[in-house]
Amino acid sequence: MTLNQQIITIGMIVLGTVLTRFLPFILFPANRPTPPFIQYLGRVLPPAVIGMLVIYSLKDVNVLGPSRGIPELLAVSIVAGLHFWKRQILLSIAGGTVAYMLLVQFVF
Amino acid sequence: MQEKVIRKAFRAAFPRTIPILAGFMFLGMAYGIYMNVSGFDFWFPLLMSLTVFAGSMQFVAVGLLLGPFEPLKAFMLTLMINARHLFYGLSMLDKYNVPGLKRYYLIFGMCDETFSINCTADVPPDVDRGWFMFFVTLLNQIYWVVASTIGGLFGSLIQFDTTGLEFVMTALFVVIFLEQWMKEETHYSSLLGLGLSLLCLIIFGGSNFIIPSMCLLLAALMLLKKPLEKAGESN
Repeated sequence: MTLNQQIITIGMIVLGTVLTRFLPFILFPANRPTPPFIQYLGRVLPPAVIGMLVIYSLKDVNVLGPSRGIPELLAVSIVAGLHFWKRQILLSIAGGTVAYMLLVQFVF
Repeated sequence: MQEKVIRKAFRAAFPRTIPILAGFMFLGMAYGIYMNVSGFDFWFPLLMSLTVFAGSMQFVAVGLLLGPFEPLKAFMLTLMINARHLFYGLSMLDKYNVPGLKRYYLIFGMCDETFSINCTADVPPDVDRGWFMFFVTLLNQIYWVVASTIGGLFGSLIQFDTTGLEFVMTALFVVIFLEQWMKEETHYSSLLGLGLSLLCLIIFGGSNFIIPSMCLLLAALMLLKKPLEKAGESN
């Protein structure tokens, strides 16, 4: 690819990304009443989307690989355990991440 | 005192972005290094982090830029990989309805991590919500741009054993999920999101499961509209 072609390719990626981010706001502008079904989706979607993000962030875990996804399972349990125990966001995240790093570097 | 309002919002926003600072330093540098060893000058990752600001798409773009010139394919692939943003937008129609030009930047910079913070954060009542969300978005993008530029500049010179640090993003999403879980009265929507995505991941695999998950989720929420609204009313 020439430099111009690379710039055009990046431009297409920017265009596609911006489109996916702006489209809902263009279709349902603030100055016009939002259809009731879209309002309903706006209310019920967030928890579902966060659930989807949890799975999305684990999508590359290979349960058939050598570690069988055990480090991920353990680390997620540690995050959850810490969070139910102390409910300190940074502590839960740091504790789980350090545990995961130790697991994949030294145990598995 | 506009300046005071802004400073207060910044001080409330910054601590919420600390996990993302850690995660983006790692992922952003990994991305910059990947671009560097693929033969791109540092200004490529810099430019892309400024204009695209969508992590997984930027990794995919490296392969696209090394392949034959197919702009339409690049566009279609971007729409598919980033389709999840449509759900973020639908979830934020009200919250991102803030005054001023900030609004456009909030929408432009709505990556996974920024969305998850802005969607669920309990902003203190004396803090301006628009500026709070603006700083969450801006700080996250700064982390990403700086990290990917450093990676692009120094490339393979950087040696660090940070194996496993990428888990910080999973931990962040799990914590946000749990925070939401503890606040909500019914868990139908959380469980549907988790369960249907997992089902689609098992069936379609890691690179193809997001669009089927979104379709299935939409269908389920459509079918369950009556019972879900009833459950919502009784809260």
